[in-house]
Amino acid sequence: MTVTFTDVILVTLALLSLLTGLSVVVLSLTWLERKFLGRLQARVGPTRVGPMGLLQPIADAIKLLFKEDVIPGGADKVLFWLAPLLVFVPSFVVWITIPFARDVVIRNLDLGLFFFIAFSVLSIVGLVLAGWSSASKYAILGGFRSAAQLISYEIPLIMTILATVMLAGSMNFIDVVDGQRTVPYAVLMPLGLVIFFISGLAEIGRTPFDIYFAESEVVGGPFVEYSGAHWAVFFLAEYINTFMVAALVALLFLGGWSWPFGDLPSAAAMALFLAKTYLVVLVIFWIRGTYPRLRIDQLMSLSWKVLIPLSFINIILVAVQLFYGWPAWTLTLMSLAVLAVPIYAQIRYQRIPAMERARRYAERGIVQRAKVRS
Amino acid sequence: MTTHPELETVDMMLNMGPQHPSTHGVFRMVLWIDGERIVDMEPHIGYLHRGSEKLCEGESYGQVVTLFDRLDYVSNFNNEQVFCRAVERLMDIEVPERAMYIRTILCELNRVASHLLFLGTYALDAGAMTPVLYAFRERERIQNLYEAVSGARMMHNFIRIGGIKEEVPADFVPRVRQLLGELRRGVEECDNLLTFNEVFLARTRGVGVIDSDTAVSYGLTGPCLRASGLAYDVRKDHPYEIYPNISFTVPVGEYGDCWDRYWVRVQEAYQSLNIVEQCLGQMTEGPIMPQMRRIARPPKGEVYVHGENPRGDIGVYLVSDGTDKPYRLKVRPPSYCNLTALRHMMKDAFIADAVVILGSLDIVLGEVDR
Repeated sequence: MTVTFTDVILVTLALLSLLTGLSVVVLSLTWLERKFLGRLQARVGPTRVGPMGLLQPIADAIKLLFKEDVIPGGADKVLFWLAPLLVFVPSFVVWITIPFARDVVIRNLDLGLFFFIAFSVLSIVGLVLAGWSSASKYAILGGFRSAAQLISYEIPLIMTILATVMLAGSMNFIDVVDGQRTVPYAVLMPLGLVIFFISGLAEIGRTPFDIYFAESEVVGGPFVEYSGAHWAVFFLAEYINTFMVAALVALLFLGGWSWPFGDLPSAAAMALFLAKTYLVVLVIFWIRGTYPRLRIDQLMSLSWKVLIPLSFINIILVAVQLFYGWPAWTLTLMSLAVLAVPIYAQIRYQRIPAMERARRYAERGIVQRAKVRS
Repeated sequence: MTTHPELETVDMMLNMGPQHPSTHGVFRMVLWIDGERIVDMEPHIGYLHRGSEKLCEGESYGQVVTLFDRLDYVSNFNNEQVFCRAVERLMDIEVPERAMYIRTILCELNRVASHLLFLGTYALDAGAMTPVLYAFRERERIQNLYEAVSGARMMHNFIRIGGIKEEVPADFVPRVRQLLGELRRGVEECDNLLTFNEVFLARTRGVGVIDSDTAVSYGLTGPCLRASGLAYDVRKDHPYEIYPNISFTVPVGEYGDCWDRYWVRVQEAYQSLNIVEQCLGQMTEGPIMPQMRRIARPPKGEVYVHGENPRGDIGVYLVSDGTDKPYRLKVRPPSYCNLTALRHMMKDAFIADAVVILGSLDIVLGEVDR
């Protein structure tokens, strides 16, 4: 196969349009997050720049680009400059194979999911390097945390992706979506959805898993020494990753651009896909507005003791259902039954003891009675 | 904790503060860490030292009140009150009943404001960003009332030796009643959002445990001591002003972990609202200042007076030489005494716990450093 000049031009144009599209997505996400969190927190969010503060992200981007780019004295300059790119490039490259609709995709690969897994793992290197090269203790702590966290959560993430691959019988995104024409995998495999969503949150470092850049502990983690445009690149990557996890939830579990009432025209399908993705994004923001942050040991034990065993059980459930050819609803039932176990354990051993403790304390309170007034 | 004896590992020294976002001001902790575990920690204070106690010796008694405002700058009324009570005790002044009720209302609302601030910043320390905004919204209502009453939102200088500065606005009572309803809903909202949150429980239960004996030996007071299971409350054990006329419950914890300290504070906020409600019912018309000389000149002597601050037992030791300025004034700051237990609590904690434990002590650096 020969590569012609036209091919090069076309690929460049496609990549440029993808970059532009993703930048617009990131701008919209930052605006959406600030507005949505504002509403959750009894504030109004940005209002000054443009109507409803719509131009605020652009103002922020301009500000970041013009800020002084400080490099700390003891930093390893080459790695310090390289690290943001190592985080950004993988999160950008995986979009080449993620379809927005059946025919809106830059390059549909038969091993699309494999490609996604292979590339998304790479961003760990960038985070660790950023922490290492900053010559700051907080940064190195954050870098170590990110390595531990991201590697631990890759496993349940990949295992649940494998389960969807087993259901669809293909690693091609379009086949996976086609497999959900009638029933989305979220219904077939609620356990998988929960595992995937939780590990996805951990992969992108969103609350309650924002441990590696926790502001109140390691003050920004790997990014603590970055400023200006380099920090903006991290920021860009973070939001692209958020959107990516949301898009994957939509593609793998919510049926992507399909709905149960037949095929949609391309534009409407894309709109449906984006609507689903933004819905998942809003859930991610909602969690950010509600939950505190886990501790690093709790994070690790959640992954190794809960999510990884559950993700293997999930694969076994799918395998059993496929092997014996049982009807689809049996998988839903089995999945729900397994999902109930950790929820029950959490309520039984965490929530109920705490509430009982509070009740006991309330009874033990020392009452000071008023003296009878003369 | 290394598993290979021939491999020598060194603990990393991590300097947390004074510019760290979650050290509540300018507190500095030097942590020696082994991975994520804290091996040892050393607190450093004094970055906010203004020499308040020495400054007091150069001001007349009336002016010292303004310095007490700046000790614990989130519970100003409680500080003013304890100093004024010390001078009143020394001079044998009978405070008019109405003044005492107004003082108590303001102080208890200040306790609610302080605990709301704690709740919000504690959630922030644990990583939740929403409760702080709810808590500040509610605290704002209290500060608006303070502004109407004293003209200032924080440094009020409203409680005077012998009484209070001036009569409260005409709509004070209905306004406080309305405020009580709003605050009850507000505290409940924060309470519902955070108290039994799964992640919050995981972060705070069993963290920073201190038993009651150790707590006493470190001199802990206030919510930190009560969380360990000892029901010591100055308002109950050494009642002052109008507290004997008020019924209220002293919430007591059991384990002395971070969650208990948090829970005790939230319950105290509810109790304070009850106290204010009772005060409103019992308050009568009357004078707000006794007949006394404009410039206070206590007789020669010394006095120690203490009261219940939102952070614990605040004490004032006052020595008078008969002039219009204190000869010596010593404050027993509850935050400072509570801070001594920090090292004990942080034994074998994680770095993330360090923040949560420090937050649960609810220190105010203005008071620690004075």
